[in-house]
Amino acid sequence: MPTLKINGEDKSFDAPDDMPLLWVLRDVLGMTGTKYGCGIAQCGACTVHLDGKPVRSCVLAVGTVGNRAITTIEAVATTEAGARVQKAWLDVEVIQCGYCQSGQIMSATALLAGNHNPTDVDIDAAMAGNICRCGTYVRIRDAIKRAAGEA
Amino acid sequence: MRELINFSQGVSRRRVVKAGLASGLVLALHLPLRAANEPEQTPDNTAGQFAPNAFIRIDHSGKTTLVMPQVEMGQGVYTAVAMILAEELDADFGQVVLEHAPPSDKLYGNPIFGIQVTGNSNSIRAFWKPLRVAGAAARAMLVQAAAAQWQVDPASCSAAGGKVKHEPSGRVAAYGDLADAAGALAVPKDPPLKQPKDFTLIGKPVKRLDTPNKTDGKVIYAIDAMLPAMKFATLAQSPVLGGKVAHVDDGAAKKIPGVRQIVVVDDLVAVVGDHFWAAKTGLDALNVTWNEGVNANVNSADIWNALRAASRTDGVVAKSVGDVEKGLTAGNRLDAEYELPFLAHATMEPQNCTVALTPGACEIWTGTQVATRVQSVAAQAAGLPLDKVTVHNHLIGGGFGRRLEADMVASAVRIAKQVDGPVKVIWTREEDMRHDVYRPAYRDVISASLKDGKILAWKYKVSGSSIMVRWLPPAFQNGIDIDAVDSAVDMPYDIPNLQVRYVRAEPPGVITGFWRGVGPNNNVFAIECFMDELARTAGSDPVAFRRTMLGTNPRLKAALDLVAEKADWGKPLPARVGRGVCVQPSFGSFIATVVEAEVDEFGEVHLRRITSAVDTGIAVNPDTIVAQLQGGLIFGLTAALYGEVVLAKGRVLQSNFNDYRMLRIDQVPKIDVHVIKSGEDPGGIGETGATAGPPALRNAIYAATGVALRRLPIDRQALAVKRA
Repeated sequence: MPTLKINGEDKSFDAPDDMPLLWVLRDVLGMTGTKYGCGIAQCGACTVHLDGKPVRSCVLAVGTVGNRAITTIEAVATTEAGARVQKAWLDVEVIQCGYCQSGQIMSATALLAGNHNPTDVDIDAAMAGNICRCGTYVRIRDAIKRAAGEA
Repeated sequence: MRELINFSQGVSRRRVVKAGLASGLVLALHLPLRAANEPEQTPDNTAGQFAPNAFIRIDHSGKTTLVMPQVEMGQGVYTAVAMILAEELDADFGQVVLEHAPPSDKLYGNPIFGIQVTGNSNSIRAFWKPLRVAGAAARAMLVQAAAAQWQVDPASCSAAGGKVKHEPSGRVAAYGDLADAAGALAVPKDPPLKQPKDFTLIGKPVKRLDTPNKTDGKVIYAIDAMLPAMKFATLAQSPVLGGKVAHVDDGAAKKIPGVRQIVVVDDLVAVVGDHFWAAKTGLDALNVTWNEGVNANVNSADIWNALRAASRTDGVVAKSVGDVEKGLTAGNRLDAEYELPFLAHATMEPQNCTVALTPGACEIWTGTQVATRVQSVAAQAAGLPLDKVTVHNHLIGGGFGRRLEADMVASAVRIAKQVDGPVKVIWTREEDMRHDVYRPAYRDVISASLKDGKILAWKYKVSGSSIMVRWLPPAFQNGIDIDAVDSAVDMPYDIPNLQVRYVRAEPPGVITGFWRGVGPNNNVFAIECFMDELARTAGSDPVAFRRTMLGTNPRLKAALDLVAEKADWGKPLPARVGRGVCVQPSFGSFIATVVEAEVDEFGEVHLRRITSAVDTGIAVNPDTIVAQLQGGLIFGLTAALYGEVVLAKGRVLQSNFNDYRMLRIDQVPKIDVHVIKSGEDPGGIGETGATAGPPALRNAIYAATGVALRRLPIDRQALAVKRA
């Protein structure tokens, strides 16, 4: 059985190669923190990290992942940037319904891991792929700056 | 496979023994959320707990369970409801645990609607008094129990932080230790309530209780429900609204690994598989022939033509003051028509419902704004009595009115009837969008006359489908849908001759429903757009013009004055940049908003700055007020800029976020919300921003370009600079 390296653990799974990583995580491995929103990489709710880079797991065939390290929302706190982002999200009270926020936090964490002092333009570029229907964007921007300031 | 059953982490069952639910439904569940210092859950049993009413239970450890009659879909209601209960209870907020209320109109019915419903921005308005009474009654019983134990006058005791104290002697007893004695006492009918000046929680910025588990993937939405041996399904309904299945060729689908079953039910086809992906690829491989039915030739253009024709009929008078016809001839008359399109909800969490059906019982896992309706719809679809249906409600990944409907539950149960074992049915985004219950298309016809710089007469006619006829028939009386005329019959301006009419016009094939901002969303748009056109005709500044007309509405006038100051109203702006204002007295809140926007030479609109001032009465959790306005404004502005559901040959053309666009972070400017201190009872807030955004933006565009747009979404071609 093939395996995936998820959150530091090797997990074996049984699924066809063309199945998007999102559904392997959710329906095969029972890790439901990563969300389905659109299925066509338009909303970002399914964002996970592949070797630290944000990817849309709803269109990423599991057969293409190989042995690269997957990080999901369930373990993002173990990264230094992820823990800062989560704290800032609560400090600023970003979250409303929360459904998109797994993806928002994953995108923001990837941004901060590679950019300790993002400008508004950097934030726009990194976060414009993540839709929030509750309209928490103003606070997401504030929280990213706050998390950057605490680095 | 134990890790699959993540339900056990957050959900356990509890028998509501003492509650005596009218519906006979006796199972509810714990939420996967709790205060930071909450210990592991104790066994669920009301026996041995102090449970003076349906909302409060205190066990011997002092753990205080507050049962949430309203659902949390991001609007912060769980925290606000908990604050109101805990305020009058004088509970230790750190020991508070929240629990979803089970379906029961009798126990948890919204006092405004009479049924268990979360909507119309009225959770806090409706429950403000009952929850305070519930908390105060419990506190009085706990104080009385302590006083009896100490043999002192209850009036010499005080309560705070989950403890009763006898001031003269300094004796203290924790609520948990008083639970048994308090439980033996009679519940007082009219317990004294606190004066607002004595509030210790209400009005303070309290951290939300639902959000910590939303940062780390622990929160369980309905779509995350996992049951042992569960199957996954997704469905297709007829692309033509209202069509039925004629024939299904499932040869290719059945060959796909993981596909287990094809389910055909009259108007839908579902594929059941080992996971969603198998179901989805199976569905894509089906060859379905549909009987398209009577709507096969329905087009948006025809619906608009029919609505325009209907709007020329008289309709029904919903309000009449003075003599509007005489008033219209006495001044400088202006006429306009405004049109708003069908809209989809596009909740981030697509529609879904998990069903476990056995011959004698049905269990439902879903996220709903109408738990009792879900129960009855499931019972009907399953052919079971009401008391055999259990509803597990969840935190909701976006409601906006979509989850005031139970159609997804009916479909899921009908599918489940053909499936052995539990099945989770998930709508694809495309299916969700193409089979939504859409915000009605409206057409508003207004005439007014101006005399001496003021409005002398105002004749307003709203035409559109009635949601209430279907959703709450008693709210449709004498030909009037009370939602459709909301914020029109009670418009804020002081006008001596006023008439409001309503024309019910139902579009073929399209089912319409509530959408964030509900009726006022349409009416405030038309009224506030027209106010700007009247101001221009009168040669007045839009803020000054409104101010002269708000003589009988001091709270709204104060909000207008504050927002004008904070938004730098009147300060010069560059070319093709404008400020637009909107005021609204809706949902018991008084809000004024200024949007500043630039229109580029191609007609594209860029938001520059947004400012709101809000008097919502007592702001229970002030930061939530700010957050709801910020988010609501973005919701409304998204619709103004992009939102339109279009039908062609009976089919909805929009399908996903590529063709039903959303505002994104790079388009959203600073949004400042100023909360006005008030001692009035709380107003509603969740809907308000969605209502405020579109007219304020449209008026900003009017100021920037001189183009008076009268339809949404915004027509960029009308705004582009014309070149020879």
